[in-house]
Amino acid sequence: MSRTDTSDPNYYHKVVDCQWACPAHTNVPEYIRMIAQGRFDDAYILNRESNVFPGILGRTCDRPCEPACRRGRVDGKPVAICRLKRVAADHKDDITDRIPKAPAKKNGKKVALIGAGPSALTVANDLMPLGYQCTIFEKGPRPGGLMRINIPAFRLPEPVLDEEIGYIVNMGVEMKYDAPVTSLKSLVTTNEYDAVFVGSGAPKGKELDLPGRHDTDQIFIGIEWLESIHFGHIHEVGKRVLIIGVGNTAMDCCRSAKRLGATDVKVISRKTRKYFKASPWELEDAEEEQVEILENLSPVRFIIEGGTLTGMEFDKFTSQEVDGKLVQEPAGRITLPCDSVVLAIGQENAFPWIERDMGLEFDTKWDMPVVDKTTFMSTRPGVFFGGDAAFGPANIIWAVEHGHQAAISIDLFCHGQALSERPKATMALTSTKMGLHEWSYSNDYDPVQRQKMKHVNLPERFSKMTVEVEEGFTAEQTKHEVERCLNCDVQTHFTDSLCIECDACIDICPVDCLTIAPAAASESAQRQHLMAPAENLDQPLFESGPLKQTGRLMVKDENVCLHCGLCAERCPTYAWDMRKFVLELPYAGTAFIPLEAVGR
Amino acid sequence: MTYITKPTVHHPSLKKNALGLTRRDYEGAITTLCAGCGHDSITAAIIHAFWEMDIAPHKVAKLSGIGCSSKTPAYFLREAHGFNSVHGRMPAVATGANAANGDLIMIGVSGDGDSLSIGLGQLCHAIRRNVNMLYVLENNGVYGLTKGQFSASADPGTTSKKGEANTMEAIDGALLALTLGATFVARSFSGDKDQLVPIIQAGIAHRGFAFVDVISPCVTFNDHEGSTKSYAYTREHAVEVVHADFVPLREPIETTYAEGTVQRVTLHDGSVVKLRKVDKDYDATNRDAAYAAIRDHQRKGEVMTGLLYLSPDSKDVHDQNETVAGSLVSLPHDQLCPGNDALQKLQQQFR
Ligand SMILES: Cc1cc2nc3c(=O)[nH]c(=O)nc-3n(C[C@H](O)[C@H](O)[C@H](O)COP(=O)(O)OP(=O)(O)OC[C@H]3O[C@@H](n4cnc5c(N)ncnc54)[C@H](O)[C@@H]3O)c2cc1C
Ligand SMILES: Cc1ncc(C[n+]2csc(CCOP(=O)(O)OP(=O)(O)O)c2C)c(N)n1
Ligand code: SF4
Ligand code: SF4
Ligand code: SF4
Ligand SMILES: [Mg+2]
Repeated sequence: MSRTDTSDPNYYHKVVDCQWACPAHTNVPEYIRMIAQGRFDDAYILNRESNVFPGILGRTCDRPCEPACRRGRVDGKPVAICRLKRVAADHKDDITDRIPKAPAKKNGKKVALIGAGPSALTVANDLMPLGYQCTIFEKGPRPGGLMRINIPAFRLPEPVLDEEIGYIVNMGVEMKYDAPVTSLKSLVTTNEYDAVFVGSGAPKGKELDLPGRHDTDQIFIGIEWLESIHFGHIHEVGKRVLIIGVGNTAMDCCRSAKRLGATDVKVISRKTRKYFKASPWELEDAEEEQVEILENLSPVRFIIEGGTLTGMEFDKFTSQEVDGKLVQEPAGRITLPCDSVVLAIGQENAFPWIERDMGLEFDTKWDMPVVDKTTFMSTRPGVFFGGDAAFGPANIIWAVEHGHQAAISIDLFCHGQALSERPKATMALTSTKMGLHEWSYSNDYDPVQRQKMKHVNLPERFSKMTVEVEEGFTAEQTKHEVERCLNCDVQTHFTDSLCIECDACIDICPVDCLTIAPAAASESAQRQHLMAPAENLDQPLFESGPLKQTGRLMVKDENVCLHCGLCAERCPTYAWDMRKFVLELPYAGTAFIPLEAVGR
Repeated sequence: MTYITKPTVHHPSLKKNALGLTRRDYEGAITTLCAGCGHDSITAAIIHAFWEMDIAPHKVAKLSGIGCSSKTPAYFLREAHGFNSVHGRMPAVATGANAANGDLIMIGVSGDGDSLSIGLGQLCHAIRRNVNMLYVLENNGVYGLTKGQFSASADPGTTSKKGEANTMEAIDGALLALTLGATFVARSFSGDKDQLVPIIQAGIAHRGFAFVDVISPCVTFNDHEGSTKSYAYTREHAVEVVHADFVPLREPIETTYAEGTVQRVTLHDGSVVKLRKVDKDYDATNRDAAYAAIRDHQRKGEVMTGLLYLSPDSKDVHDQNETVAGSLVSLPHDQLCPGNDALQKLQQQFR
């Protein structure tokens, strides 16, 4: 076994579970500390650097960071990372001055962006300050993409969207609204643009072609239906509504139905709860609004009587888990009466406006453009994809990260540099030691439980589509929630040559992370011969080089380290130190080379 | 001083003993000793030993004198009884406590100053009486608490942090205990818990005075070059002659050792100490041989460690005096205080 290479930024990055899990690698612990200090502006700006839309994401993010959060492995519930982001956005002052500005002198490069969703807005956000001239072509009348027309206002109020999109548009992006691109080929072949970014999303809801489907006007496709509600084309729905599908779109549909006056709303799932696509918190929120979720039902036909939809017929199943797999057996049929049905069984891409003879390859299986996973460039040089348009429907934070990567590629491309030579992430490590037992972070473990978000009462929220359900954390709740963060970015940094093997760190560690052990034959063997077995294989094992006195190794299982700093406090030689790790992420312009230097 | 207390959360896989307690339940207040002090490791070994033996903390009495070492009972078994005596007087308090309540499991923690300087006489008599207790001497060669003066265990030639050499002979606790008839004598090192934990457990189970001299480096005043009680020196010069494995009563004894390399000693309570002999000629039940071996290693400049001597037929102070071995509080009142008639009868015997 060789010594763990902690000079590789990936090692310590991985220890910061939330940051590692975040597609845009938001520096979560740092912004939580800023909130703890009341530095809401700083917290907002730090968030914005990586995720661009802190106010929007603080309400709607899919939050892959939370299931990853170490606190969840320590006391069962992760830190409310997402809602703390909203705290920063809600409580900041005017930060307009701190938003990057586009220079008056342009760099002479023009980029066309198709769609004004989060991916394209991110590309503009990254390129405008570098002097690019960006033009966004948007099919609809306003920017925001699905964030505006599909995510209901009771989850994401319009002013929040307007503010954060405004920061980008106001850099001087040329916005062309009601301007659908109908031919990519002609846009590209005008040669007016040095690069084109396609951020047109996955705009098509999936059909369910069963008997009766087209014999009534009371069957809707989820994302189209939400869009119609947004534009005010739909004001009402039947009293009894069935929502088919149990993903996040279904959750928005059933809750919207409640607000349009439906009294009996049922969400229908083919499988059991464990397999629901919707996030647990969306399910909870829907159930709180008295939506019923039915399992083990598969649609057979729509029942139309005299031109009126009266119900739907389903195959019933019994379900059993066998060897971790769901085994379903037919168990008869059932009819559920209803007045309206909303189909929320998925989204698809559709590119009728991209010519197949323009040197932009589509794969034969899914009819999707072939897009490089690192550079986001299609097979036609200079045409880039991102967001849902690139690899199918995902979420906002992924769209943002695609946007950042595409912007880097576009910048390299416009400067004639190889897209493969991407700027790399670097790291900085600084000691947090302030005195014998003082650290520049709150190292004590606060046993406080995760704070519960308060919700507006049911009658009030059903009164209008635009009443935001979540009230945001109170000052008191914020104060508690920030202390739950374990500061995983403050790393236990070990200097082999200083250790005298006194065992002080091993003895003090509250969670038995540390062991001084003879080197084992393999990492898996080493994992079993520790103070506590290191059974979470997703979590790295740190191994020092041979120690001076006995040649044994210092081994640390990162899994449940509290970052309490006690090992460093009890170490007589400073072999352990608590060092703050800052990941410096590359963005477009990080590796910017002036045009002259590449001879252009 | 450590300003935050040790968080109570623990590793998800932390095991519980037969009493449903985790190792963390055997901790005490957070240490106030210098970071890296050997005494803290001994504390951790004690915690582990008591936890593994399923001993209820409230059935334990912790006794100590004065010194950094003597502060440590505050850092383990927070629910146990405790007495922090004046300097060097712990053995007398322990003897009294044991006389009054033989049901308590007693652990004394002392230092080389507390035991071999000011309290030497007290220690000698507790050994002679064979008071039923575990006696841990945390040996760092200095008076740590008073800033590092040489103690009685400092070897001649040892230099202080400032470079002055010690000229006096050292008192070796293990040799002293053997000459005074100790029934259990061990030596270990704070940095070797594999060795120390079973020794502590055997010492707890042993009926009589279990003397354990533990080399426990003082990182602040005696961990430099020139010290014979430093981490580095001890690691280089320690020679383990017997390794004790403690087998509690309820566990079956498995036989995995080659014949002649293991010596078994059954203790008073039925538990067994298996002595794995590193030196196969060593007999841990022969007092004279143990004495000679320690001297022999000393001459070679080595520190001999392990469970060095164990008397299979130890008689503790209650056995010898035929006194009530249990606790006086649990005696029925008419036995504890048999009344005037009984007193008269007793006095009659001495007339
Ligand atoms: C009901 C619903 C709820 C959701 N909730 C969440 C949530 O809570 N959290 C989350 O993270 N994600 C959520 N998502 C997913 C998220 O909205 C999308 O993943 C994200 O918006 C994708 O961003 P994008 O940049 O790819 O473009 P989109 O947001 O899809 O925007 C594409 C834009 O391109 C425009 N456009 C399309 N074709 C053309 C053309 N030919 N010419 C010009 N303009 C064009 C469209 O009008 C649109 O404005 C939800 C999705 C749905 C359907
Ligand atoms: C009667 C008395 N004399 C002297 C002292 C001062 N004193 C306090 S601790 C100590 C020596 C302790 O040495 P040791 O037992 O080796 O403990 P260590 O600190 O090294 O663990 C002395 C002399 C005292 N407290 N009381
Ligand atoms: S910071 Fe050190 S003492 Fe605290 S949990 Fe992590 S390894 Fe253990
Ligand atoms: S406390 Fe420091 S010197 Fe002691 S074992 Fe731990 S890292 Fe090594
Ligand atoms: S002075 Fe020495 S014995 Fe006392 S606590 Fe510090 S290191 Fe330990
Ligand atoms: Mg001492």
